[in-house]
Amino acid sequence: MTSAPVTSAAIAPAIRLHDLQFAWNKGSPLLDIADFQVRRSERLFLRGPSGSGKSTLLGLLGGVLVPQQGQVEILGTDLAALGGTARDRFRADHIGIIFQQFNLLPFLNVIENVTLACRFSPRRTQQVGDPAAEAARLLRSLDVDPQQLRQRSVRDLSVGQQQRVAAARALVGAPEILIADEPTSALDTDTRAAFLKLLFSECERAGTTLLFVSHDTSLAPLFTRTLALADINRVSVAVPA
Amino acid sequence: MTLLPLALKSLANRRFTVALTLATIAISVALLLGVQRVHDEARRSFASTISGTDLIVGARSGPINLLLYSIFHIGDATNNVAWRSYLEISALPAVDWAVPISLGDSHRGFRVVGTTGEMFTHYRYGAKHALEFSAGAAFDDLYDAVVGAEVADKLGYAVVQSIVLSHGTGALADEHADKPFRIVGILQPSGTPVDTSVFVSLAAIQAIHADWQSGTHIPGQEISADAARKLDLTPTTITAFLLGLKSRPAVFGLQRQIDDYHAEPLLAILPGIALQQLWGLVGVAENALLIVSALVVVAGLLGMLTAMITTLNERRREMAILRALGAHPRVMFGLLVFEAAVLTVCGIVLGLALLYAGLALGAGYAQAHYGLHVGLDFPGTRELILLGAVCGGGILAGCLPAWLAYRHALADGLSLRL
Repeated sequence: MTSAPVTSAAIAPAIRLHDLQFAWNKGSPLLDIADFQVRRSERLFLRGPSGSGKSTLLGLLGGVLVPQQGQVEILGTDLAALGGTARDRFRADHIGIIFQQFNLLPFLNVIENVTLACRFSPRRTQQVGDPAAEAARLLRSLDVDPQQLRQRSVRDLSVGQQQRVAAARALVGAPEILIADEPTSALDTDTRAAFLKLLFSECERAGTTLLFVSHDTSLAPLFTRTLALADINRVSVAVPA
Repeated sequence: MTLLPLALKSLANRRFTVALTLATIAISVALLLGVQRVHDEARRSFASTISGTDLIVGARSGPINLLLYSIFHIGDATNNVAWRSYLEISALPAVDWAVPISLGDSHRGFRVVGTTGEMFTHYRYGAKHALEFSAGAAFDDLYDAVVGAEVADKLGYAVVQSIVLSHGTGALADEHADKPFRIVGILQPSGTPVDTSVFVSLAAIQAIHADWQSGTHIPGQEISADAARKLDLTPTTITAFLLGLKSRPAVFGLQRQIDDYHAEPLLAILPGIALQQLWGLVGVAENALLIVSALVVVAGLLGMLTAMITTLNERRREMAILRALGAHPRVMFGLLVFEAAVLTVCGIVLGLALLYAGLALGAGYAQAHYGLHVGLDFPGTRELILLGAVCGGGILAGCLPAWLAYRHALADGLSLRL
């Protein structure tokens, strides 16, 4: 199925970047990464202030952007070897994404928001059998108030509850990789800790690799490994003070 | 098609703007089809003002002019036709029947037509419909009158009512008060100028003018209504006359013969051809109305476009979420085109509902007041083509926001614009 297996898929790292260079519109490179790997089931904290190329890196990992040079290998698959549609399908099948906030579609209810992930991935649908039941299970284990589960609209959920629904969506159907882009920055300290605890236990249960991007270093000790984007990126990006 | 419910739920979420957009499209579609229907019906009714008559003959002027004053009662004849010419031509072997028309008087704004009883048997309109009486019968006595449906309706006339004719057609016309008429028949609505006419006999026209000369009463020479009965009431001139032929192919030969008539300059026209020429003039305004209603539809679709493009920015988040879940930018394109299609099709359906509701309510009025029969027929081929064009236009219009969304999706990648 995979057209260019660089490493045997079973033992390949979850994420591997090699000799990667990326620039927007033929400008000077924004990212220049010699080698970056994330092992399977790892919980990596990637530190980077805004403007450091974080969003670009996420785009490259998700297969939405293609580097000018070098490889992006996800689970042993070189994304550049796949076409645009295949990359989208690959993302749908293997990567769950949580944004900073506004993760939910306001016109869908809680369960529909979670099962939306399965609509774009037959593989994830097949994995769970009954998406709605799995969504309910995930939401319960992520401690979403069952009262709110029954309620139709997601508009009335607190930000903390919204992020848990987003996490459930990113995890439904057990994708191998979970990328979280500042998912806790909109939460207060107590909620933040509770959210991370639940997220970790769900990831552990499914063996999910977690790439957690944030500028909040106070969370770093909770992870198995911490890395600054500036450490792996050979381009020094001028960050506004 | 898992995206279908997604698109529908997204629309339902914006139900207020969606309802307004639907209303705009529905009203514009109803207007377009309504104008189209009235236009078609007006043309049909216009073209069928007179049928079954092979030639209209009058003094030499222009074909449209002759048609206007003889049939539509608009304007006046430049000249009259001698009674002798009428007798001579109507006696030609090719002629089956002839109906004389003598105009010039009026009754409270409605034209008086001096004619013979044959008018009611030979005048045809539409698909060869003959005139029918809703009450009474044709005139018999000298001072009998038959009125059109609209005359009776507007003036509240019934059979045996007495009316007075006026000399000339102006508002301040003198009255023929000394010779009142009795309404003996009321015609059914026909949607033709017959509805606004008062019919009397040719002899009656002679009688009321017996004591007039050059448009005024001759003082001291009053002739009473009864005295007039004893006079010779054969007219010397008439305004025009209608001819029916024994065989239609003879019509061009007879037309040439009348145009070359020796005794006086006459003109014979084929009603169908003159009606078409006249519609060419009148139709311009009608076509302008059609164009305007088509532009209203364009405005309606532009309204939808505006509404969709305004939502694009706030929906950028929605697009980024879908993209993160693995949706190709094509999906964004498809969602928006589908949305435009749903809006257009629902707008059209609502527009049709509006049109038929309007027609059902207005049909009686149009029939009664304008003689227009605007039916609740299923949309015809032309209308279906128009609706198809609206539908296509809507979907095509939807391609613009769809393309913008596609571009956004490509440019934004996985970053969530807040």
